[in-house]
This record gives sequence, C-alpha cells and structure tokens, in this order.
Amino acid sequence: MLVAQKKFNPGYRIRWEKRLVSTPLINFSIPVISIIMTLLAGGAVIAAMGFDPIFIFQGMFTSAFLSFTGLMETTVKAIPLILAGLGVALAFKMLLWNIGAEGQLHMGAFAASGVALALPDAPAYIVLPTMILAGMVAGALWASLPAIPKAYLGVNEIITSLLLNYVAIFWIDYLVFGPWRDPAALGFPITKAFGQAARLPMFGDTRVHTGLLIAIAAAIALYIILYHSKWGCEIRVIGESQGAARYAGMNIRRNIILVMMLSGALAGLAGMVEISAIHARLQAGFSPGFGYTAIIIASLARMHPGWVILVSFLMSGLLVGGFSMQIHGLPVATVQMLQGAILFFLLGGNILTRYRLTIRRKKVA
Amino acid sequence: MSQETFLVMRNITKMFPGIVANDQVEFLAHAGEIHALLGENGAGKSTLMNILTGLYRPDEGEVYIQGQLVNFHSPREAVDAGIGMVHQNFRLVESLTVTGNITLGAKNEGFWWRPRIAAKKVAALSKEYGMDVDPEAKVWQLSVGEQQRVEIMKMLYRGAQILILDEPTAVLTPQEVKELFSSLRKLADSGKTVIFITHKLHEVMAFADRITVLRGGRSIAVIKKEETDIKELAHLMVGKEISHLVNKTAADPGEIILRLEAVSALNDKGLPALHEVSFSIREGEILGFAGVAGNGQRELSEVITGLRSVSSGKIFVNEKDATSANARQIIDAGVGHIPEDRKGMGLVSNMTVIDNTILKSYRSPEVCPGFFLNHRKIRQHAQHLVDTFDIQTCSLDSPVKLMSGGNLQRLLLAREISANPKIIVAVYPVRGLDVAATEEIHQMLVEQRNNGAGILLISEDLDEIFKLADRIAVLYEGRIMSILPIENADLDRIGLMMAGIDGKEVAANGASSAKEV
Amino acid sequence: MDYTFYLAVLAAAVTAGTPILYAALGELLAERSGVLNLGVEGMMLVGAIVGFIIAVNTANPWLGVGGAMLASGALALIHAFLTITLQANQVVSGLALTMFGAGFSSFIGRPFVGIAAPVSFQNIPIPILSQIPYLGDIFFRHDPLVYLTYILAPLMWFLLYWTRPGLNIQAVGEDPAAADAVGINVKLVRYLCVITGGMFAGLGGAYLTLAFAPLWLDGMTAGRGWIAIALVIFAVWNPLKAIAGAYLFGGVAAMSFRMQILEIPVSPFFLQMMPYLFTIMVLIIVTIQASVKRIGAPKALGLAYDREDR
Repeated sequence: MLVAQKKFNPGYRIRWEKRLVSTPLINFSIPVISIIMTLLAGGAVIAAMGFDPIFIFQGMFTSAFLSFTGLMETTVKAIPLILAGLGVALAFKMLLWNIGAEGQLHMGAFAASGVALALPDAPAYIVLPTMILAGMVAGALWASLPAIPKAYLGVNEIITSLLLNYVAIFWIDYLVFGPWRDPAALGFPITKAFGQAARLPMFGDTRVHTGLLIAIAAAIALYIILYHSKWGCEIRVIGESQGAARYAGMNIRRNIILVMMLSGALAGLAGMVEISAIHARLQAGFSPGFGYTAIIIASLARMHPGWVILVSFLMSGLLVGGFSMQIHGLPVATVQMLQGAILFFLLGGNILTRYRLTIRRKKVA
Repeated sequence: MSQETFLVMRNITKMFPGIVANDQVEFLAHAGEIHALLGENGAGKSTLMNILTGLYRPDEGEVYIQGQLVNFHSPREAVDAGIGMVHQNFRLVESLTVTGNITLGAKNEGFWWRPRIAAKKVAALSKEYGMDVDPEAKVWQLSVGEQQRVEIMKMLYRGAQILILDEPTAVLTPQEVKELFSSLRKLADSGKTVIFITHKLHEVMAFADRITVLRGGRSIAVIKKEETDIKELAHLMVGKEISHLVNKTAADPGEIILRLEAVSALNDKGLPALHEVSFSIREGEILGFAGVAGNGQRELSEVITGLRSVSSGKIFVNEKDATSANARQIIDAGVGHIPEDRKGMGLVSNMTVIDNTILKSYRSPEVCPGFFLNHRKIRQHAQHLVDTFDIQTCSLDSPVKLMSGGNLQRLLLAREISANPKIIVAVYPVRGLDVAATEEIHQMLVEQRNNGAGILLISEDLDEIFKLADRIAVLYEGRIMSILPIENADLDRIGLMMAGIDGKEVAANGASSAKEV
Repeated sequence: MDYTFYLAVLAAAVTAGTPILYAALGELLAERSGVLNLGVEGMMLVGAIVGFIIAVNTANPWLGVGGAMLASGALALIHAFLTITLQANQVVSGLALTMFGAGFSSFIGRPFVGIAAPVSFQNIPIPILSQIPYLGDIFFRHDPLVYLTYILAPLMWFLLYWTRPGLNIQAVGEDPAAADAVGINVKLVRYLCVITGGMFAGLGGAYLTLAFAPLWLDGMTAGRGWIAIALVIFAVWNPLKAIAGAYLFGGVAAMSFRMQILEIPVSPFFLQMMPYLFTIMVLIIVTIQASVKRIGAPKALGLAYDREDR
C-alpha cells in the first residue's frame, strides 16, 4: 500500500502499537514474566537488607518443592488456596469484586466446626458431608450479605465484602475466646478437638488430605459450568457486557446473587477442609490470609479454573518457602510483599495484551 | 470571498490496527469559505480532522497553517493555533454549566473560578455571534441544538479561526439545519474557515463553497460547488455504481401484531420521555419513526423490548398483554431487536462469533437440551449463518470486535432473523455503515416484511424512512405528532413535524391518520 | 454518667475521625479526578510505619509526617503509573497496593514492634477557642495534626468548587474526553490528584503512630483505609461533608472503645465489630438516597482514558 517512490532515511523508530487481540503466548508469558520480575525486585530488596538473595530463594525453592515434606506441605496449603481461588475467579469472571473470600472462609470454618462439635459421636459418613454442606452454606450466606444490596441497590460490593472480613474474624475470635473455648485448653483460644470422624482422611502418612480431591473436583465442575452450561454462558456475557446481557434477557440481579453465593460457598468449603483436615478444631488465626492470596491467584490464572490449580501450587510454594526465609531471619511479611509485587508486575505486563512494541524504519516523504 | 489558503494538510497517513484510515491525504482550506469534507462512513474524514485537532498524531505528513509548519502533540496546541472542532458526540461536561464548559481550560482565565463574572463574558459572546443560550444552565438540561451552540461558542471563545464540525446536522431538524448554516455563513463572512464533515450530498450542494471528497482513506477530488452536481459527487464519494437491491412492493398488511395504548415512560434521568404513545403495527408492514434523536426513540424501543418499564399505558404483542413482560418474555414472544448500540448491547465485542450467535438462543432446547450446551450444533448453526448472510470473518472463534461495522450488523441481523421474529424493532440499523452494507441491510429488512414480519424502524435519516417505510410516524418530545401513510407524506411536512409543529396544522390529511391506532 | 463523659467521647470522636478524614480527603481528590484507589489501607500502613521509623530515629515527629507522605506518595505513584499510563484495572491495582503496603509495612516494621515512640504530637489547647463551653473541649484541645484538618478540608472544598484547577479536576473526573478536547492535560491532572491523595493517606497513617497511639503494630490501621473509601461515598465527594462523616465514624469507634472500658456486658468482640457494621449500614443507606436523588460518583470514575480509543 505504501508507495515505493518514498525516500528512506536510515534510522529506526520504536513505538507502541495497539493490538486488538492478544495471543496465547502472550497470555501465558505475562504471568511468568511477572513472577520472574517479582523475584528480581524482591531479590534486590532482600539484598538491600543484607541477605544473599540467591541463597534465600534457593532455600525457599528447595524447601517448598524439592524436599518430600516440603512438597507435601506445599500441596496441603494449596488445597484451601485452590478452593478460595476458584471462588474469587468465578466472581471476578462476572466482574463482581468479591474481596470477602477471607471472611467467607472463616464463616465456612465456623459452621463446619459447629457441626463437628455438635455431633461428636456421629459416624464420618454423616459428619463430613454435613460439615461440607454447612461450610458451603455458611460461606454462601455470608457472601449474600454484600450480594443482595449490590443486586437490588447497587451498593459497592468491594467495600462491603471486605469490611465483612473483619466482622467474620471477630466472630471467630468471640467464639474461641468465649463460648466455644475448650476449658481444658489452659486459656488458649481454641475449641475442643473434633472427633476422628470429623477429620478428612489423609493420604498415607502425609498431611495431604482428601480435600485435594474435593478441590480438583470443584475446579472441573466450575470449568464445566463456565464453558459448557447455559448458566456459564450468562456469567460470561454479564462479565463482558451488562448491556448485552440485559438485551439478551438475562437476569442480572439473580446472577449477581447466585454467583456471589457460589463464590462464597467455595471459599466456605476452603475453610471447612482446612479446619477439618489440618487443625481439627476451630482456632483464632487459622488462616494466613488464604482469602487474600486467592485474589492474586484468580488474577494470575486469568479466572480460568484449570490455571487456578497450577497458580495455587506456586503461591502455596511461596507461602511454604516463606517459612524457610524466617529461619534465615527474614520476616514472614516478605511473602505478602512479594505477592503484592507480583500483582503489580502482572498489571503492568498486561499492557502487552493491548499493545505491541514495534521497531520500524523511519520513513520521510 | 477571500482566497487566502489558510490551511494545508499534505500527505497525511494514519494507520490503526488492521486499517489505513488515511493514506497520503491532501487537504486545503481557505479563509472565509465553508468547506465540505465529503465521504462515506469509514472514508477517513474524522481521522483526518482528529489529526488536524491534535487528537491523533499522523504517522506521516505535514500540516501548515498560514504557511507555517505545525506539529500538534495535543489538542491544546491545536486550540492555541486557532483550530476548534465540534465533535459528533459533543465534548461537554454535562454536570457543569454552559459557562463552565465554554471557559473550561481556556487561557488567561486566572486561578479563581468566578461563575458570575465568567457568565457575563459568555453572555457577551453569545450576543456578538447571535447564538442564544443561557450561560448559567447546566449542560445536561439543554436540548441537542443548544448543546451544539455551546460547542461552537466554546471554540469561538478560544479564538478559533478554523471551525470544524463533524456531521453537524445528524441531530437537527431540517429547520435547525438552516439556522445552523446561516450562523456558519456569518462566521465565514467574518473571515473564519468553516469545515464540515458530512456524507449527505444535498447538504453539501446547499451550503458548501468547496468540497473535498475522501474515499477509502484517500483524497479523491477537490471541487467548487458551482462546478459539480449531486450525481458527480455521489459517484466520486462511492466510486462505483450502487446496485439498488431494495425492491419494495406494495404492502400487504395482515393482522395487528404490535399495539401500544397510551404508553408513557421515564428516561434514565427520571424525567418523562414518552407521553401517551399509541400506535399499532400489522404483519407485513414497516412503520418508520422519524424524529430528531433524543425525542423518545430510545425509550420507545426499550419499552417494547421489555428493557424499560412503562409508567402508564398498555402494550400488546400479538394481542396479548405484554405491558409488564421482561426482556426474556418479549424475546420468547417473537420480538427481534436491532439495538442502537450494536457493540455494547446487540453483540459482545470480546466474545467469539459463535458465542454471539447464541446470545439469545443459549437457553433454547435445541442449543441446550439439558444443562450442557450442544457445542457441535451451535457451531453448525453459526457456520450456517455466516454462509447464508455472507458475513466476512476470519474465523468463527475470533472475537467479533475484529469485524467491520457492516459485518457486525449482518451478524446481528442474521441472528435476529434466524429466530423467525414476528416483530422486529430496528433502531438506526444502518448508522455508520457504508453504502453497500446499507443496501444489504435494507434489503434484509424488506424481505422480512415481505415474509410477514411487522417492523418498527427508528431512524434519523429521512431518506431511509422514505425508502423503507409503509407508514411514517413522527416522534417529537415523546409524543407522536402524526402517523401518515407513505403516499401522503412529504419531506417538508415531516420536517416541520419533527420540529414540533402540529401535524394537524400541516395538513388535513395527516390529521385523520393521526387518530388511527 | 454526667456530661463530661459525653464530651470525652465527642472529643475522642474527633481524634478517632482524624486519620480517617485525612485518608478520605486524599481518596476524594483521586476519585474526583476519576481514579479509584483502593490502596488506601496499604498507603496508610506504609505512612504509619515510615513516619514512626523516622520519628524514632530523628526524634522529630514533623520529619516523620513528611517522610510518611513521601513514602505513601511513592506508592500512589505506582498506582498512578499502572492505571493512568498503562491503563490497568483500577480495582485490581488498588488491591495489589493494599496487599503490598501491608506486607511492606510489616517487613520494615518488624524491629519496631512494641517500641514506644520517643516523641509524639501533644495536645495544644488553642487559647480562647478552647475556653468555649462544650465546643472548646470537643474541638480545640487536640494536637496540631487535628487542627490541620480544620484548614485542609475547607481548603480542598474551596479548591474544587471555586478555582480553575478545581474545575479542571471536576471535568477530568466527569468527562476526560471533553477535558482533553479543550486542552486540559488529563493524565497530568490525574497523576497529581492520585499522588497528592496518596500523601494524605500516608499522613492519616502517620497520625496513628505519631499521635493517636504512639506505637507500631502490624496491620494497625485495622480497616480504616476501607472505611475512608466508604466515607467518600457517604460524603458524596464533597470535602466538607467528609468532615462530618469522619467524626460520625470516629464517634462510633470511640463509643465502642469507651463501652469496653466501662465493662458493658457485651463481648468486646461485638463492640469491635461496630465500626465495620456501621459502615456497611451507612453505605447501604447512602446508596439508596443517592439513587433517589440521582447524585453519584464522578462519571468517569474507574475508567481509564485513552485518547486514541476508537
């Protein structure tokens, strides 16, 4: 199209050019690059603190992925992350900003504990399903608190779901410091231990528990719902364009409530499996911020259930590796800082899905 | 007329992903003239003017003003150089006052914002150019014509020497158009350069001094008005003979299929937008709604399609009460809808062709027998639509945002028609399309009418209405002024009614039709 | 209980409301320019710890305030770069900021946990004004940072409604394309508003460690940043209304604290929930009223502006 009579002068110009569609390679490489960039930036901070970053990262990686116990621990921590991550991913897919996974997870743990404590002698085939159901229902109901005002009045769900996290955590504190405290616990804020029937079975001698199967099943179910069902079709359309959804006769209000509740149910399930399999009792501070890490997981996984599983393992590895950093004298908060930084780099890298860098020869007419 | 060459744009090239919007365009304008920039939709007119106003940066080419090479990095620099543009979608801050908008960002305003003092300056300006508007009114309270005046005054306030108007008449009644151009002529006589972007040939012949024709991103011709005629301009603009596909036979109306009884409704701001609107449509006829945009067209299409609730009155689809039906029930009752906003409403830009073909049918038993979608059948159906309606797309799995406007609209119509609608509500169905695509879309609508569908056509383009409609209704401030059979309608009468002059005063014939429901 | 109790609660409401007010004023400015910054909590935390560290090392609380504002302003710059220049999603970027800020403050603050600040802002009763019955006790027996808000909030109101830069900020937040078309530098206005807003959030955080409770605890903002964001909605983006709102929220926090001291027979955990539940209730009521009166957020809030978007 450009005519050949033009004179070319030497020299190049580099510029950003818009692109309309991203490529799969870019979609894949942005999260990878953002993790690498985070490690570089984090390494710089660690070096600035007077530590050897390569030694620290090596230690982290070894303890999280290369030793058997480490790998098992990474798997164990990945389980609630997958479930909560799926919940957040589902809500984000519809552009519902559910920041309340942490609270929903706590409420799921609360309800499951209530069942376990109320039925100390019932057999496992009654207790466990009831705990699962209770955990999911509690998470769903807790999520409906921001969902209903959002659906009917347009109340900002980001703020309400986040503030409810504080309320849920105070509620757990109230229980374990108050009415549910085990009198025999010497003043520790914990409940009585659950009966063996209320514990999810482990695989062999490891701490990896059957919650892993629940998490994977949940991911598959969510994938099928999103991409192979008519409900998923509605969720995806509403997430892309509310105008088109209304035009196509979709009920947006009902979907806000349903999706938020399913999102909360998954987070509640995360609380249930964690409390049942790992702690076997309700205790204060049982979650190291699973519900917040879930936000990062959903974003890195681009809301895709399959990727949520993989990213959860990575983030879990970061958590587990973080404990090894503590041994070397770095604070646990390093992990949280790195998590925030990953999200920064991911957001920054996303520009590559919309622009490409082009280098072309300068033309002068 | 002074013949000083005031503005020169040379060799302008601008590329967007996938298209060359301007390809070595040449454009010259003199001081004191009204210059029409004529071209089809997509010919590159707006891009060229956006480059002139510093909104886009050209990939190649130079702009000279009074012989000086200029290189604008931002709209501000263009404004400072005396270039003012009135965009098709006005660039006004609705929550601010007229004065706030006119003085916004202007130079030498000082630090303080003193609304009273600024309003006086605006009032003086309004007097000087004879443009009447209340300086203290909030912009959202103004009519479209008044908002346009605010836009023009905004540019004059900044000392614009070149005034560019992008499709200025699209939102005006024929009478308002005459007023606008008499103001513009005054501006030109005072030595300013007026450029207006248009694709309407009769407007060019009526109001322009010289014409530059753009086609496919290239400048094709520069002509004085006296040396040309509509036929030549049409040929230059389109480049080839248009085969007129639309072959409309006399209407053969059947049973009443859509009936509105005294329907009133509110707009998004909570103000009355429709007042006791009553009409009916029969099978096999097209009822065209003429009127200036913003007189209740959107609300009318939305109450019928279940997207907006009525405040009073009744709606019958197929003689069944559908007043309080929701969008889904209306779709199931056989009402197709071609919405005004095809990218934001009728289609989902980021989703694939396939996903868009099932936007409404995803819940039907054929597509989704139980809980799961039948992906094989969906793909077959989508392929069938693409083949039948000749939709150009790279793949069924690519997002529709990559498609051209004409193909988007074909896809939308294909989907709506494939549901065999009894009623089609078509809102500005060819807005932004080129001549060939327009013809095809019109042909599709007429075919549906011949097959017995009742069609409600909302358009701001009277040519389109006269070409397609069997009866014409005029909507003004949410009221139906009159409903005329096409044989009794003429352009002047419809134009007056669009301006709110009562149909009964216009013609006795019209009055009798107005009572018909 | 005599009236001195109520005066004490009301005076405590002012101090408890002050950090929220700073943060809310900052967020208000950013949102007025069309940028939602959900990182307030993170910026407050970083402001709190940086201010504390500097005050501990220099024994000068004013230097602490300055350092806090620089640090939180730098964080806000990250948000501005991501959302304005790179056009990233404002919600996710804000969340990242909050997480990063929480982690970073805890990271650098670990050696300072449990140390009492050697210096802090002291109450300086204002002559004459502090003698006014009731009002003097409530408003004029505080530290200088409280008095600063008495000037800052009206000043911001004045800036927004009665100056040209304020008019430009409004235009950028309502309709960036319109502002751009008349030559206002949309990105520059947004950068300035977001960074200044972030500095205010840091100042609010520093108030916690340098005046309110002169010590550092991990996550000590305890959701105040989020309450500040809710407060902006409550105040309908008007700085003057934000003052009243901040004292209302501060009052609820002060009440729940006083009730714990008075050993009211309600679990302290329930009392601690009060500010959060109150915020949610208020948010719901305000949203209903806003939809009735059809007033709302700046129209372009949360949307990136790209001049060449077609």
